[in-house]
Amino acid sequence: MLPPVLGVLFDGIAYGMLLFLLSVGLSVTLGLMNFVNLAHCAFAMLGGYVTVTLMNVLHWPFFATLPLAFLIAAAASVAFERTLYRRLYRASDLDQVLLTIGIAFVSVAVAAWFFGTTQQPVDMPAYMRGSFNVLGLNIAAYRLFLVGVGVAVTVALIGALEYTRFGAQVRAAVDNQRMASGLGINVDLTFAITFALGSGLAGLGGALAIEIVGLDPNFAFTYLVYVLIIVSVGGLGSIAGSFAAACLIGISDIAGKYYVPELGAFLIYLVMVVVLMWRPAGLFGKR
Amino acid sequence: MKRVLLAGATLLAAGLMAGSAQAQGTIKIGVVLPYSGQFADAAKQVDEGIKLYMKKHGDTVAGKKIEIIRKDSGGIAPPVAKRLAEELIVRDKVDILAGWLLTPNSIAGCGVSAEAKKVMVIMNAATSIIVDKSPYCTRTSFTLPMVTTTLGSWAAKNGIKKAYTMVSDFAPGHDAEQGFINGFKAGGGEIVGSVRMAVANPDFSAYVQRAKDINPEAIFVFIPGGAQPAALGKAFAERGIDPKKVKILGTGEVTDDSALKNMGDSALGIITAWPYDHNLKNKMNQDFVAAYKKEFGGDNPNFFSAGGYDGMTLIYEGLKKTKGDADADKLIAAMKGTKWTSPRGPMMIDPETRDVVETIYIRRVEKVGGKLVNVDFNKVENVKDPIHEAMKKK
Repeated sequence: MLPPVLGVLFDGIAYGMLLFLLSVGLSVTLGLMNFVNLAHCAFAMLGGYVTVTLMNVLHWPFFATLPLAFLIAAAASVAFERTLYRRLYRASDLDQVLLTIGIAFVSVAVAAWFFGTTQQPVDMPAYMRGSFNVLGLNIAAYRLFLVGVGVAVTVALIGALEYTRFGAQVRAAVDNQRMASGLGINVDLTFAITFALGSGLAGLGGALAIEIVGLDPNFAFTYLVYVLIIVSVGGLGSIAGSFAAACLIGISDIAGKYYVPELGAFLIYLVMVVVLMWRPAGLFGKR
Repeated sequence: MKRVLLAGATLLAAGLMAGSAQAQGTIKIGVVLPYSGQFADAAKQVDEGIKLYMKKHGDTVAGKKIEIIRKDSGGIAPPVAKRLAEELIVRDKVDILAGWLLTPNSIAGCGVSAEAKKVMVIMNAATSIIVDKSPYCTRTSFTLPMVTTTLGSWAAKNGIKKAYTMVSDFAPGHDAEQGFINGFKAGGGEIVGSVRMAVANPDFSAYVQRAKDINPEAIFVFIPGGAQPAALGKAFAERGIDPKKVKILGTGEVTDDSALKNMGDSALGIITAWPYDHNLKNKMNQDFVAAYKKEFGGDNPNFFSAGGYDGMTLIYEGLKKTKGDADADKLIAAMKGTKWTSPRGPMMIDPETRDVVETIYIRRVEKVGGKLVNVDFNKVENVKDPIHEAMKKK
């Protein structure tokens, strides 16, 4: 028999993976492109609504909807990037915040208009519900799946940014835009793809989040807080940092609720404060 | 300058006369509800209850034409609700205030009702003390302690000895917890543990695991409607808590239609107490549900709709008694003790407290014809608000 603390750890990591998927895209746009995108969770919400619509209207199986949640969120973000965001790449942080928080508000109203303010139902396949027992530990099937997706995304992202030609171009464009374009790198295109990738991952995260936390039009704001915490604790632009921060926040949230429910959801803020006092740039932050 | 003042005064007087002249043949009801924002769907359902009643019973009562003026309070915003109530009374010259979905807004509205001497009909907000805030305030929904205390004593009477409580850590959650514990202990039950959960809480797994490790006979839950019931239901299923073995007790929000859709079969066996469900098997309710679905595009009415419908019933019945006089003292006196039959069953306004007296149903989630529904299998009649009852004894 394994001690219950391992169960708490597992649940925390699974929850952390969900937060990681939601926040890694923001870490990329904020850290690499220096763009404050507070509408990030609106793209996550879009992914969620894509999944809900495909499942409930067209009766697609859950897993088949996930790639589309990614693609549609990515495509929508490119449309926004091309028409609105790119105008503000050189603007002040405040201008960027005003634009993107406005988009987030609009997205909430649009979602409420089309889908109503109620919770959206999803019908998971039966084998994803429930749990199985490993040496006395209760392992929920869906959470195990989340951990798998989270690890896979992390490995793929780090691989893509560190070891591919495209990754090198992104890093070059971030470090010195003029030099990069002087070397023939299409900076515009590189940023558009990076942005789409980040938003697509948010869309995927939004779709995966429905089963655990549900989906309603306030999603765009409810999760913004968590996502910003993770990005700041992890350090801007660091994928490994987001991963570590998401695990840390996920575990402290679950452990806090399990062992000291009086503290409730406050513990994650405490963790954030302590980490940022110790390392103001975040765990893996460079500046 | 004098001339301007005079002209102004004349205009004002003319306006006042126009207002009172109009009032002779018309009774205006100002409905304040959060038509936009987070609670828009609930507001829509209250409003549809109002509309359905007026469609069925016409827009004239005791020779007066009823006119509804709607105002959007947009979420929890007491100052906005207060301003809207004032505008309704001063500018639109309404005779009755109605609607009121949210407790903080209702309390703000009560201040206006008391000062302006206008009857105020609460169609949803469920905190006990609201009706005490204005001598002209009455309610047609329910109060939370009515539901939870009834559930607690029912549980103790029905063989549950040890229960664990899980509530959201905000005022209604504390009321619900206290209500359940009072009812349960009075019936001889024992509380083996209580937890108050963060209100903004997306993931319940840790709380549920904690409850599971204590291994109680029953778990009482209270959480706000909306996003959370489904998440909680899923956490129960995921942790392997089987409602057939460990009884899960809750209020009606936990198993309303949208929550049930989300939870799927993991909801089977959850027991809830609630004043209304579209599944109630009386003739009046079946007609009500059919008319509601036909009128508003297929969705079932819920307790919000019933609150709105019965609110209009009370207003119409009151006006019949006063022969169309909406004077607050006369109308509230007429409303006290009013009895009527609702889709919910027999209803009454307590003459002492102006609060609602009604039947609380004990229901279990079952699968009927492939759909999850709340099947009522027990009921407690003539439930009064326990907080007001306790206050009376003191």
